[in-house]
Amino acid sequence: MTESKELQAKAKHEVTTPAEQTQQGLVFTPEVDIFETEQEITLLTDMPGVVADNLTIDLRDGVLTLSGDIKPWEGPEETDVLVEFEIGKYYRQFTLSDAIDQDKIDAKLEDGVLRLTLPKAQKAVPRQIAVKVG
Amino acid sequence: MLTRNVFGLPSMGLRNPFADLENLTRRMDLLTNAMHGRPGTSFMMPKVFPAINITEDKDKYYVRAELPGIKAEDIKLEVTDKNLAITGERKIQSEGKNVRYHRREREAGRFSRIVGLPGDVDADSVDAKLVAGLLTVAIAKSAAAKAKQITVKTSE
Repeated sequence: MTESKELQAKAKHEVTTPAEQTQQGLVFTPEVDIFETEQEITLLTDMPGVVADNLTIDLRDGVLTLSGDIKPWEGPEETDVLVEFEIGKYYRQFTLSDAIDQDKIDAKLEDGVLRLTLPKAQKAVPRQIAVKVG
Repeated sequence: MLTRNVFGLPSMGLRNPFADLENLTRRMDLLTNAMHGRPGTSFMMPKVFPAINITEDKDKYYVRAELPGIKAEDIKLEVTDKNLAITGERKIQSEGKNVRYHRREREAGRFSRIVGLPGDVDADSVDAKLVAGLLTVAIAKSAAAKAKQITVKTSE
């Protein structure tokens, strides 16, 4: 029986995107776990405060882009007493080496955790070509 | 006795040779902290999980924490006097035997933290919500803690 260890608080990482945003605001790099099996690559990432409407997943030219927007959650009347973490969007990009079957990508967002399943494309089956003797 | 130090300014006394560098580092830290961050932001890394933001309006205190991947039943909240205790566990499911990890950045584990609230609260009206991994605890201030308007009389 493994003992679960104590969680340590970590500061959020601000991202240094090459592209500038049109709106002001902080952008953070969400933490991810990526693993693969024979058939698929799975990506799990923590994006607290992001709901499905505000999440964009883009895959083109072998680059996977995750972008999660946060609706500001503080009421207009609220004043700060203690601030230990900042609020901002989440953004992260990955290059994928395997070809992915785009039609079968599955994304599930629950409790602020995104589970993205990317099935690998079937490798091209070599075809025998009959040579006709003419 | 005058000594010359790193930046060439004369100073009194025998000094720690690194005093000037430490001084410079401290002033650079203050400078960078002043340039970004809201007033009241502590740029010390939060030492206990989870990191907390506390805000208030006229009637309530709001305590927020980012707790992705945790179910409401795995969180315990307790209000005692002026303290809010948040205890729980983040679990990450294991993914089977034939998986090869490329990256593993998320952590699982237990957490327990007591947060001191700035004023007296009404422990009976606490409302806690966990939505999309964000926990919001709204605690009503006690009647004594709400600011009272004081009218200024102009004549006796």
